[in-house]
Formats: sequence, C-alpha cells, structure tokens
Amino acid sequence: MKDTSKKISVERLNVYYGANHALKDITLEIPDKKATAFIGPSGCGKSTLIRVFNRMNDLILNARMEGRVAIDDKDIYARDIDVVALRRQVGMVFQKSTPFPKSIFENIAYGLRIIGLKDKNTIDQIVEKSLRGAALWDEVKDQLGKSALALSGGQQQRLCIARALAMGPEIILMDEPCSALDPIATSRIEELIFELKNEYTIVIVTHNMQQAARVADYTAFLYLGELIEFGNTKRMFTVPQDKRTEAYLTGRFG
Amino acid sequence: MVRHAKITDAQIKERLARTFRATRAHRRRVDRAVVYVLSCCALLVIFALFNILAHLLTQGFSSVNLEFLTHLPKPVGEAGGGMANAIMGTLTLLGIAVLVGVPIGLGAAIYLSEYAHKRFAYVVRFTTDVMNGIPSIVYGIFAYTMLVVPMKSFSALSGGIALGVMMIPMVARTSEEFIRLVPVSMREAGLALGVPKWKVIVDIILPISIGGIMTGIMSSLARVAGETAPLLFTAFGNHFWNASLMQPIAALPLQVFAYAISPFDDWHRQAWAGALVLITLVFIINLFASYFVARQSRIFAGKAA
Repeated sequence: MKDTSKKISVERLNVYYGANHALKDITLEIPDKKATAFIGPSGCGKSTLIRVFNRMNDLILNARMEGRVAIDDKDIYARDIDVVALRRQVGMVFQKSTPFPKSIFENIAYGLRIIGLKDKNTIDQIVEKSLRGAALWDEVKDQLGKSALALSGGQQQRLCIARALAMGPEIILMDEPCSALDPIATSRIEELIFELKNEYTIVIVTHNMQQAARVADYTAFLYLGELIEFGNTKRMFTVPQDKRTEAYLTGRFG
Repeated sequence: MVRHAKITDAQIKERLARTFRATRAHRRRVDRAVVYVLSCCALLVIFALFNILAHLLTQGFSSVNLEFLTHLPKPVGEAGGGMANAIMGTLTLLGIAVLVGVPIGLGAAIYLSEYAHKRFAYVVRFTTDVMNGIPSIVYGIFAYTMLVVPMKSFSALSGGIALGVMMIPMVARTSEEFIRLVPVSMREAGLALGVPKWKVIVDIILPISIGGIMTGIMSSLARVAGETAPLLFTAFGNHFWNASLMQPIAALPLQVFAYAISPFDDWHRQAWAGALVLITLVFIINLFASYFVARQSRIFAGKAA
C-alpha cells in the first residue's frame, strides 16, 4: 500500500460473543480517504469487525474483546475515550434504513441539536450541505417538512448517509447499505460512495462481490472469523493469493 | 420385511381417486359443521353484547337527561335529581389513576425493554402477570390498609390510587410489548449518531411506539373505569360534591350499585341511567384506543415499506 496513510489500525483483535469466537487474531490497517470493503460469507465476522470501529459491540451484553484498535493512532478502547465523541467522528449507516419518525429536516438537525447547536442559520446550512453531500437535496428541497418515513427506501438510505455526514465525521461505516435496495437505488448509493471517498474514509460491509469490486479501493476477505486476505481490490480480484479467496470469488462457496 | 405385491402407477391413481370420492361427502359435512359451530360462537358474542346494550338503552335512556347529568342526587322520596357528582367523581378517580398508573407502568416498561437483564426482566414480567390476575377487591383492601387506615378517612385519593395500582401491570405489559417492536437498528442508529441512550429512548423509541402505548393506557383505563370493588372501602361514595381529595367521593359504579340494591323504583331507574352513562364513557375511551391502534399500525407499516 503505497502513498496512503492509515486511518484505522487493528492489532491482534479477538472478539467473543459468549463462547463463540467471532473474530480471530485480526490485524489490518485501513487507509485514509479510501473505500475499504469487507467481504465474506454470512457469519464470517465482517459485520462484527465494522462494529468494532464505533464501539457498537459495547451494546451487546456478552461481547468481549482483546487486542488494540486505534483511529489516528489513538486507542479507541482506552479508558479515557468518550464514546459519544468517537461516534461523532465515526458515522454509521445500517442495512435497513433507519429514518427517525421526524421530518426530513429534523432527521438531520436532530444530531446537531443533541450536541448543543442552536443557531438556526448554521443548522439550516449544515442540513443543506449534508443533503447535497448525500445527493438527496434536489429530490427533497421542496419538502423538507415532510415525514422521512414517506421517502422511498433508497432515499431513506441516502437520508441516513446525510444524517451521518452532518455530524462532520472522518470515517463512515456502512453495514450492507444496499442489501434492501433495488438495483437503481443501489447504483445511486454506489456512485455516492465513489464521491464520498474523496473526503472520507469509507468502510463498507457487503456480501455482493461485484459491489466491492465497483466501489472499494481495498478489500478484506474474512472467513470463519479470520482475515484471509487483505489488499488492493483489483489485485485481489484478479490474482487472489489464498485458495479460499479464489474459491469465494469464483462462487464455489458463500 | 413383508413384500407386498407390486402395484402400477395407474392402479395407485385409480385407488386414490376412489378413496377421494368415497370420503368427499363426509369431508364436506365436517367442514360445514365446523363453520356452523364457529359462526354460532361469533353470533353469541355479538348477541350477549347487544343484549346488554339494548337492555341498558331501554331501561336507562329515558332517565338520562340534562337534570341527570348536571344535578346532585335527591333525598329518598323526592323525584328527580341526578348523578353529576358521581360522573365528576369517576372522572376525578380516573385522573388520579392515570397519574399513578401511567408513569410507574410506562417507566417499568422502558426499564424492562431497554435496561433490565433477562432474568430480572422475567421476574418482573411474571409479577405483572400475577398482578393482572389479582381480584380487584384485593386492590381495594390494599389501598384501605395502606392509605385509608393511616389517614383515618375514606378518600378520593385512596380510591384513585387503588385504580392506578390496578393499571400498573396492564400499562407495563402492553407498553413493553410495543417498545420491543421498535427495531434494534433504530436504537443503534441513534447511538451511532452519538445520542445518549436516554435521549434515544425519549426522542426516537417512544415516538415510534406511542400509539401502542396509548392503546394500552386507554384499554386499561376503560377497564378500571367500571371497577366497583376497589372503591367500596376507599372512595366510599358520597351524595354530594367532593370538596377535597382527602374526602370520600362519589363514583358511577358505586352509585349504580347503591341505587340498584335500594328498594325504590325511582332509584332503580337512576341506576340504569348511571350504568348507561358509565358504558358510554367506557365506549368513548375504547374509541380513542382503536384510533391509536390504527395510528400505530400505520407507523409500523410505513417503516416496513
């Protein structure tokens, strides 16, 4: 990996759910301002791994982890870390779109108000900027007061991306963001990811290999909790170095 | 293993068709009988309800008038008078019950669905189920010993609290069910934005489930509105306007009970009228409940789409 600096580094990470060893001794470095995809069959640990980066696994009662995870060389599991601040720095978009039961405008303004922003003008401008950033502005600019639940699935997902952008993150985690969308909505999100990676570090979990090939600069293949292979996407898809990677990419399992 | 004579495909087909023809008539008869029995059950439900309503209307409707709704009861022997104090009394008691039952019930529901460990939640849930099964007069005795005896007076407060305590398990159970229906991903979306957990609950989870919660509150309110037993030795009843919450207070079910067992025809008519007003009140509360049910299912449908 030349001419890239690392954003997230993972060293000897192990995650357990009770007796289940979900991630085994993972070590990798995720480059800054690039899109990195995690691929692998269901249950391989790719969602678990992405959820380590904003400490979403803290919410799971019997989850336990060992190892070091750092963003900008700062251990995010250190005791003095403010989880709320971390989650502002690391935005997340989920598999199922999760619009809040509020208006389109309020969906985005909500996070800003939570951190104490009150100035109406600033909020207005951030909302517009975020919606533009998520390629949704032109479709909703005349109906910002409408319920977010009335948007289509693809629009809802872009709204969730806008909501994450509004908080000024450096990293955006996407956990199978297109798996509930039709092909047209999917391609719009993919185009968006392509643009966003100029400014943000994107980590995307997908079980769609073509999607990884289309949007990701780097790809990590996980299998049964282990990191099998990690590297440049083009290189991995053309000359996989591990037999299991090759088998998965050619559709022999998964 | 016994070896049977081989049968051909054609024979199998023929045998199946023959058996099918032979049992067809019987199957149809059973089918019809089942539908008949089930529809009879459904009719009985409607019949019982309509019978009660028709009876109430014929007996009570003529006595429900402006005087009945706005005047105090008259002494025995004097014609006229009304149950205005009992109507106000029931509304007051329900108000107190809501203030007691809703915060505690809803608070417990939020705790159970968002914070509690599995085993503790199971214990609390089991307790609420048991509480739901406790005869209502026991709630009255409870309020009597805990409130009436120490305060040395029957009171509106003790009656309202008895009804409120009855509401707690009903509100807690229904609210918890609806809060649990909110997808985990909605909670995670809030937390991933850096929203503190209690804000996620207040700003995201409760607004999504509020319709269902209101439904639970309304139906539990409708149930306690008609309760007589818990009020017998708490609210006690009162022939006049209630001056303070620390004084005995009239309530529709109590008044209906007292009038119905009296020997006077005029009071019997008033009891019917009181019952009619009470059931109308319950009906209105139920209308609100079904409004909230419809609203809630629209929200869940909207999210599923």
